[in-house]
Amino acid sequence: MSKQQPAQFINPETPGYVGFANLPNQVHRKSVKKGFEFTLMVVGESGLGKSTLINSLFLTDLYPERIIPGAAEKIERTVQIEASTVEIEERGVKLRLTVVDTPGYGDAINCRDCFKTIISYIDEQFERYLHDESGLNRRHIIDNRVHCCFYFISPFGHGLKPLDVAFMKAIHNKVNIVPVIAKADTLTLKERERLKKRILDEIEEHNIKIYHLPDAESDEDEDFKEQTRLLKASIPFSVVGSNQLIEAKGKKVRGRLYPWGVVEVENPEHNDFLKLRTMLITHMQDLQEVTQDLHYENFRSERLKRGGRKVENEDMNKDQILLEKEAELRRMQEMIARMQAQMQMQMQGGDGDSGALGHHV
Amino acid sequence: MSELVPEPRPKPAVPMKPVSINSNLLGYVGIDTIIEQMRKKTMKTGFDFNIMVVGQSGLGKSTLVNTLFKSQVSRKAASWNREEKIPKTVEIKAIGHVIEEGGVKMKLTVIDTPGFGDQINNENCWEPIEKYINEQYEKFLKEEVNIARKKRIPDTRVHCCLYFISPTGHSLRPLDLEFMKHLSKVVNIIPVIAKADTMTLEEKSEFKQRVRKELEVNGIEFYPQKEFDEDLEDKTENDKIRQESMPFAVVGSDKEYQVNGKRVLGRKTPWGIIEVENLNHCEFALLRDFVIRTHLQDLKEVTHNIHYETYRAKRLNDNGGLPPVSVDTEESHDSNP
Repeated sequence: MSKQQPAQFINPETPGYVGFANLPNQVHRKSVKKGFEFTLMVVGESGLGKSTLINSLFLTDLYPERIIPGAAEKIERTVQIEASTVEIEERGVKLRLTVVDTPGYGDAINCRDCFKTIISYIDEQFERYLHDESGLNRRHIIDNRVHCCFYFISPFGHGLKPLDVAFMKAIHNKVNIVPVIAKADTLTLKERERLKKRILDEIEEHNIKIYHLPDAESDEDEDFKEQTRLLKASIPFSVVGSNQLIEAKGKKVRGRLYPWGVVEVENPEHNDFLKLRTMLITHMQDLQEVTQDLHYENFRSERLKRGGRKVENEDMNKDQILLEKEAELRRMQEMIARMQAQMQMQMQGGDGDSGALGHHV
Repeated sequence: MSELVPEPRPKPAVPMKPVSINSNLLGYVGIDTIIEQMRKKTMKTGFDFNIMVVGQSGLGKSTLVNTLFKSQVSRKAASWNREEKIPKTVEIKAIGHVIEEGGVKMKLTVIDTPGFGDQINNENCWEPIEKYINEQYEKFLKEEVNIARKKRIPDTRVHCCLYFISPTGHSLRPLDLEFMKHLSKVVNIIPVIAKADTMTLEEKSEFKQRVRKELEVNGIEFYPQKEFDEDLEDKTENDKIRQESMPFAVVGSDKEYQVNGKRVLGRKTPWGIIEVENLNHCEFALLRDFVIRTHLQDLKEVTHNIHYETYRAKRLNDNGGLPPVSVDTEESHDSNP
């Protein structure tokens, strides 16, 4: 037992005291030593400020040498998946954060295929985890599954676009979706409220399952309950990102400088950046749990139901399946014929009992 | 539409300058009063102006048009229902208004294109727009070749097309390039950067530079086109506009707020009020002056003398040099009141 417990620790001399109340602290110490892993995927059209927001959230620069392609190059490009990992340490706690970026999403004139790449990436990570979990060496499984997906909604529209709806419906059973309204400084407060309400209505209308913050437990303190309530009321979060320091009201703040004023990133009256960060940090554990208990389990049961055969192409038509089944049947028949021949030989050579056909198989 | 017309665009027919003898007038004749006579005529007859707005939904097209003409002339005003769904195909909606200022009447038609660029598959979504523009040319052509012509042919041709670019801060989108490539040959396109209050001053100038470069690299001639500058004066003026101001980064608003004792059109945010007509905030005033106060007539002339003539030449060529007279003229004749 460690000696560095806070004062509220129960006196070990109290009769009836066993000591397993210390377990959470042990778990805590172990996880701190092991470090946390978290994979965050960001999806949205180009130019919505995704990279800037990620840099602002984690106060780092994940994209140091970035070249933004012009429109003519974008015509030819398909959606790419780019994963960058960064190790952040704060007060002894290590976080191995992987940010999965999806450049090219929503750029093409015809975006029909733009989410296939993303969905197969998510499935691949699940597949790999399933394989590792069923394997022999389970001590060092690396968890690359996508725990959370920030979906960036453009503030310029009147709500969700057809592409937004189609994409979210395609992945809401595979990953936790957190919708985020980007570039929130484009909107006045009234426009923001209207847009949020519109988006929530459309999400309900299309039965899209976004990530729901768990309600605060009844034994949490009032502050935490209030905070959770506020967070839940602000979804989808409308954010502004920036890592530039601007002088405002005598102090240096991170923000954007306009001729008509300064937008402060960390001012809750200007945008929901702080709320988004709080949500992500306090619910990192929960996001991982939901990924494990809900999305991964869904994937796993589907996969195991399909059987050991790895289905490469989802839309294998019936003819192909029939052909394969016929080939399998033929092989079985050949095997039976071979065994029969063997038995015949044995019979001729040995005893006269007629080998029972199809004894095993 | 494939580019079958290899011949150069027909330049406006400029008659040979007659050899003139510079004679000194011995006294005041009064020739200059013709300007006043023309002005009076224009005021009485009024004029048509048709402006089309194209861009993804939510870029502020309707608000900008309302702000430009300082009245509720757009689709937004015509329908109360703000809960409109995105249409499945591109629709063309033309709304006409008559507005008057200083005794001059203008019949303004705003042509809106809801549904452009909003679908998952936006291939060829410019085709309905191109078709509409050509239909207006066709209508005008039919009237022109009619045996009994109207005194003043109603002009429904699109004089100006404002194309709204989304302020991503990165570059143009592939759809923007495709649209402008196809339509800059049939109509005057003025690219406009929408919702410019998203960008700081540096981001704005960087973005504009990048957009200008992309347009140049891809050979897109937006209005004012270089090849139609008539004289040196026009050229220098237009060069300045082309290379420095365009595309205009605008903000639109139809709400008024009190700033420094004056009532201004603007947008109120928790961190300040964005004034639409303040040149330090956005370039709306430049766009307005450009389209309405200085180049309105030129837009109409370029449409009539160049785009329309190109269309007409192509139609006549297709017909073997004959005007498209057919049974249709009978119909249009009957439909004339």
